[in-house]
Amino acid sequence: MMTIQELNEIKERTLKTMELRLQKKDTGKHVLICGGPGCHSSNAGEIKEVFEEKIREKGLDDVKVTLAGCFGLCETGPNVEIYPEGIFYSRIKVEDIDKIVDSHLCKGEIVEELLYEGSIEDGNIKPVSEVDFYKKQVKIALRNCGIIDYENIDEYIALDGYQALAKVVLEMTPQEVIELMKEANLRGRGGAGFPAGRKWETAFKYPADQKYVICNADEGDPGAFMDRSILEGDPHSVLEAMAICGYAIGADQGFIYIRAEYPVAVHRLEVAIRQAREKGLLGKNIFGTDFNFDIELRLGAGAFVCGEGTALMESIEGKRGMPRPKIHRTAHRGLWGKPTIINNVETFANVPAIILKGADWFKSIGTEDSPGTKVFALGGKIKNTGLVEIPMGITLREIIFDIGGGIPNGKEFKAVQTGGPSGGCIPKEHLDTPVDFASLGKLGSIMGSGGMIVLDEDDCMVDIARFFLDFTVDESCGKCVPCREGTKRMLEILERIVNGEGTPEDLDRLESLAETITEGSLCGLGQTAANPVISTMKYFRDEYEAHVYEKRCPAGSCQALLEFFITEDCIGCTKCARNCPVSCIEGKVKERHVIDTGKCIKCGTCMEVCPVGAVIKR
Amino acid sequence: MGNVTITIDGQKVTVPQDYYIIQAAKEIGIDIPALCYDPNLEVAGACRLCLVEVEGWRKLETSCSTKVREGMVIYTESERVVNMRKEILQLLLDNHPNDCLTCQKAGECLLQQYAYRYDVKFREHDGARRPNYVDTSSPYILKDDSKCILCGKCVRTCAQVHDRKVLAFAGRGFDTRIVADGDFTLEESSCVSCNRCVVVCPVGALVDRRLLGKTRVWDSQIKGVKCKACDYGCNFEVISKKGKNIAVRAKAPSQGRPLCLKGRLTTEFIYLDEPETPYKKVNGKFVEASWKEALELDGIFEKLVEEEKKGVGAE
Repeated sequence: MMTIQELNEIKERTLKTMELRLQKKDTGKHVLICGGPGCHSSNAGEIKEVFEEKIREKGLDDVKVTLAGCFGLCETGPNVEIYPEGIFYSRIKVEDIDKIVDSHLCKGEIVEELLYEGSIEDGNIKPVSEVDFYKKQVKIALRNCGIIDYENIDEYIALDGYQALAKVVLEMTPQEVIELMKEANLRGRGGAGFPAGRKWETAFKYPADQKYVICNADEGDPGAFMDRSILEGDPHSVLEAMAICGYAIGADQGFIYIRAEYPVAVHRLEVAIRQAREKGLLGKNIFGTDFNFDIELRLGAGAFVCGEGTALMESIEGKRGMPRPKIHRTAHRGLWGKPTIINNVETFANVPAIILKGADWFKSIGTEDSPGTKVFALGGKIKNTGLVEIPMGITLREIIFDIGGGIPNGKEFKAVQTGGPSGGCIPKEHLDTPVDFASLGKLGSIMGSGGMIVLDEDDCMVDIARFFLDFTVDESCGKCVPCREGTKRMLEILERIVNGEGTPEDLDRLESLAETITEGSLCGLGQTAANPVISTMKYFRDEYEAHVYEKRCPAGSCQALLEFFITEDCIGCTKCARNCPVSCIEGKVKERHVIDTGKCIKCGTCMEVCPVGAVIKR
Repeated sequence: MGNVTITIDGQKVTVPQDYYIIQAAKEIGIDIPALCYDPNLEVAGACRLCLVEVEGWRKLETSCSTKVREGMVIYTESERVVNMRKEILQLLLDNHPNDCLTCQKAGECLLQQYAYRYDVKFREHDGARRPNYVDTSSPYILKDDSKCILCGKCVRTCAQVHDRKVLAFAGRGFDTRIVADGDFTLEESSCVSCNRCVVVCPVGALVDRRLLGKTRVWDSQIKGVKCKACDYGCNFEVISKKGKNIAVRAKAPSQGRPLCLKGRLTTEFIYLDEPETPYKKVNGKFVEASWKEALELDGIFEKLVEEEKKGVGAE
């Protein structure tokens, strides 16, 4: 059994070993390597081993190496930070390590050519905390990611880990915990934004012999990896929060429903659960009280719909993951008919911080209606692809341009897709919209779980809608008619339109199908499935019309509709004609050439070989 | 259990407070269309046809899964509701073979009935359709996947009998199908030909094979009988045409009644003028059987004859 004294002893003892990276000490060096999903798959493990080997060879006794959770800036991975200075190296390969060890670690000379490009400004080297990407971020859910060794419970404890659990079980009643959560107004980070405190209260007030806490870790939006990074970088924050929830509602069993496609997260959770049990932080008589709580993992079999609460519970119960009609509240009758709380990973990750720092602190961040922060996975046409945590209320423009670094290759911003397959596209006239639950909803999108895909002038909005519908059609469980049949018909229409076979009636049919699917479907998946179509038709109707009436794709992206054309800039070098695989280009030397569009197979070779950029897509 | 009073289409009705709207409507003779709802089965909320409008509620709600509340004002045929039903029926018809002329289910098909009621028609389109797969392996059940509307009633009724649970959903989305065990034919599967699934199927996806081609429902007389094979006394129907009993079919099982093949054959044997050859499943194959075998009277029959003789002799 763990006592509060022992917890504090571990904290003090471990903090001493972490002083360098917390910049509380300046003798010695600490190399922190990002072990997030991106860096992990681009060799972070080997980089760590090579660092350790070189450091041993050089006999550098005061240099420590740690593989930590996600740093967030996936674009430039594998990333390495060196403390106490906070120097940020990016795109590190195994062969670069010699140089860093020789000059930085041995001589204290920074290897400038390996630095992250954004950390040099006016010839000065900025520490990582001053880099634009990090400057505007506020970290609550990701507070420990990239700082602690995710497989070392002591490091979590050193940064106040399990103090919140100790506080609630030793000093607070369940009602007080619920009041605090209600006061903080932490809204569900899985997308819908339902206040966690109110949910907990509902389950607390419903008498039952058994209650359950479920962590929804079935993150499935294309391009989203917020929850994965938290689970991989700071698994204990979720375990601690689930135990706190268990104490508040009167549950002694928790389940983490995690997709099997996250093997690394599954492994790190298994390690974390084992460590927490060994320390008595999960199990019987936590902190010597009569509070018992344990957690088991349940692995999903790859169905997106199992992220929907009722389908998730069916799946845990061993049935086919199909949503149930909502006759009862989950907080009243959920898993095996017992009161159940389902919160998502990021929601839980916020809880220990709220318990320790209080509701006022939490509400001081973000907006009145949406307090706190939100983690987003930035992707698509954006310079700094990666994971960011921002205070609610900052604008889309700040996220995309100040933090995300804007659009690469000098292209024009077109729209941002938030909320994945359930969300919508927000055009540039709404870039100054603050990011909070209500504002994004008003624009026809949703906050969602945090996927943010940036689109530029080359992206066709009809094709984007088609992409998301294709995903939904694949992931519909097949239970209810509007979703099963309706989304398929919608996809067929969108496919026709991008192939230049759309008719004006198709546009009307899209609208009526969208209404039927939205209003008629059984679960959240179906009810939001049409959002990508509805929002693109609302803001980019001209693109749909161009496809249908003019058989033209304004973005030049739909292969079936574009045409290659040689402009007046042609110098008649004949290169295009010589390279054309179907010999459909004609023209005399030093005269403008012409493409026979009837024969053209749209391979784009002419455009690639033209020395003066006279070949265009239109 | 207390009662609540609600208003449905302008009529007030008082019902127990654990009633679903669809049950309350039935009390006053309002028939809300539903393909997946069956009072004997777990609520599924899959077909969405029973959506109704509740005054003051933002969304339409399925009346099969929404409990009544005091003072509720419900509209079951408002314009919004009817439009939604038409759209849903159209989606179903767009993926259903236009076979009503020869479909055995014609006249009793709920999809046909609702399409007529809401004036929704088949239409030409070149979009995807359900694959045309017909399982003819069983002499008792014809399973036509192309007609299936995936209401899931067959799966739910099959699961109600503890040791059956043969039927299940497989695949997902548009490709969802109903399969027997691990996607076997009915013959290969552990199906016991009880025909529970056939009884609940609202369309022609599961039909009684022994009725096939014999008569249309509007050409026949139907009489309810009780099975005499065991104490459950399951309900059957004897179908006759021109004064001749030509077929027997099971009626919906309720109150824990299981339905079984032996009972069905017993009923056929008792009532039919010319009972058709019975089949038994032996090692995953249907084989022709004698009536003695089919009714499991082997040995018993001979003994009965013996007993009769003895009895006559003793008197």
